[in-house]
Amino acid sequence: MRSRRFGLSVGYLAAIVVLGVTVVPLLFVVLGGFRTNAQINNDPAGLPGPWIPDNYASILGSSAFWTFLGNSALIAVIATAVAVGLGSMAGYALSRYQFKGRESLYTLFTLGLLFPLTVATLPLYLWLRQLGMLESFWGVAIPEAAFSLPVTIVILRPFMHAIPGEIEDAAVLDGASRLGFFWRILLPLSTPALTTVAVLAFVTSWNAYLLPLLVFNDSGHFTLPLGVATFRTQYSQDTARVLAFTALSMIPALAFFVLAERRIVGGLTGSVKG
Amino acid sequence: MTTATTPVRTAERPSAPAVRARAHRPSLRKRLELALLLGPALLLFAGFVLVPIGIAAFYSLFKWNGFGPLDDFIGFDNYVDAFSGDVFQGAIGHNLIIAGLSIVVQLPLSIGLAMLLNRKLRGRAVLRALVFAPYVLSEAITAVIWALMLQPNGFADQVLKGAGLGGLIHNWLADPGIVLYTLFAVITWKYIGFGIILLLAGLQGVPAELREAAALDGASAWQTTRHVVLPLLGPTIRIWIFLSVIGSLQLFDVVWIMTLGGPANASTTMATYLVDHGFKRYEFGFGSAVAVILFVICFVFALLYQRFALRRDTQGALTRMVH
Repeated sequence: MRSRRFGLSVGYLAAIVVLGVTVVPLLFVVLGGFRTNAQINNDPAGLPGPWIPDNYASILGSSAFWTFLGNSALIAVIATAVAVGLGSMAGYALSRYQFKGRESLYTLFTLGLLFPLTVATLPLYLWLRQLGMLESFWGVAIPEAAFSLPVTIVILRPFMHAIPGEIEDAAVLDGASRLGFFWRILLPLSTPALTTVAVLAFVTSWNAYLLPLLVFNDSGHFTLPLGVATFRTQYSQDTARVLAFTALSMIPALAFFVLAERRIVGGLTGSVKG
Repeated sequence: MTTATTPVRTAERPSAPAVRARAHRPSLRKRLELALLLGPALLLFAGFVLVPIGIAAFYSLFKWNGFGPLDDFIGFDNYVDAFSGDVFQGAIGHNLIIAGLSIVVQLPLSIGLAMLLNRKLRGRAVLRALVFAPYVLSEAITAVIWALMLQPNGFADQVLKGAGLGGLIHNWLADPGIVLYTLFAVITWKYIGFGIILLLAGLQGVPAELREAAALDGASAWQTTRHVVLPLLGPTIRIWIFLSVIGSLQLFDVVWIMTLGGPANASTTMATYLVDHGFKRYEFGFGSAVAVILFVICFVFALLYQRFALRRDTQGALTRMVH
């Protein structure tokens, strides 16, 4: 009994340390945004005193932040829609049709799991240039969708495969075509898996830095990660402002995480377990 | 309805007469459906994943600045140059150090913390969510946060001083001997939550009866952990190592934003080297060669790892591929 209580208190101690290490940097950013540079320079680890909302106000009042946010959202939505749309169609064909070369086709897609975007980025850039897709949202969203396809298909195929054949037979007897079955029955039944892959594709796109960095020169096209990094170099003398900007940029990801925590955690742990 | 001899499909979907009937005549309609369903995904995948890799392999054989005709064929000289350069050798070393440190430092830390947090603590759900929070932030935001905290005389230095550890203060991002380890710490901050969550999920799969049985047989807490819990966590740990090494080999965002690979190339990674040469210096042929090298290293690691470490765990397609 005593050892169990000892274990518990060690557990709480670990919890507190982990919490501190995780949360303190985030608090530093959020609170720092409410301070002035003088306050930060005099006492980097202090609390705001007095609280100055000016930096937040001016960033929210300027267009740059909203532009980055909008660009990120637009690109992530396109990338997610394309990846999930095409991925579910391919997943359906690969899970419920019988045809020659099915397994090798599936293997080809799974090979994509080994090519993260970083590896392909330089040739991808040259290719996009040739296609005239630089400085275009499509130039970022479409390759991101392409690189999200493997994980989408790898998650969707077993899920769709597991849906009982009797349901399909019933639909066919009721006169549904195979495409009708896919659209009206299989997709709605696959909602949990579709949500998972959508969340994965969205988060990947939302956090991407390298591809937008290469594709966009015009800061009017920048996404949030790119915007944050650029903002920091641009205002390197104005730490408080950079902190406020960073704090605001964290909000969408954290809010999304709070809303979709189960899906994200479940999706990630599920997807890596295969 | 032809219900005669149709052996195909039955293994997969028993009692599917309607479908069986159609499978009997692989009609034009089925082919059209397949083309409609698979075509777009294949096109996208081939066009933006496979083609670029192919292009890179081709360009890597030329000396080319990205503009003008591609006429200066130099065979494998770019590869030879890359491997014989100190900076690139250093970059490979840095990637390997990060990968090694991940396994030696992050893994035990994640396992230990996951086990400690796997108790019936109050507020466990909130705790798990918070631990995971850095993982959802982009690497770009992470890098900016830490770059600001690690400024000379900044937050980190003041906290250390306040704790009486002023002697530990270093020029975190400007000292060539320290910078790589600073970056490793930042990466650990961002990714440790992922490891913990993954391992907590794995721990859920260890039946309590097994531990109780071990305890009844007189096993100490350490022996139970070592001989019962850890082996059962094996699959999770092996997957974690795989993801961690692949991630370490491709490390870019954090390094690029915090140090640009500096000072004096002390934190250059293969990916920052690639971007530096390909885009900053317009050495597209050379950069393509570096991309191919990076790709081959990841690919070979992935295949070997799948073959020797993961084979037992997954029935997935990745394993099927190497058999």
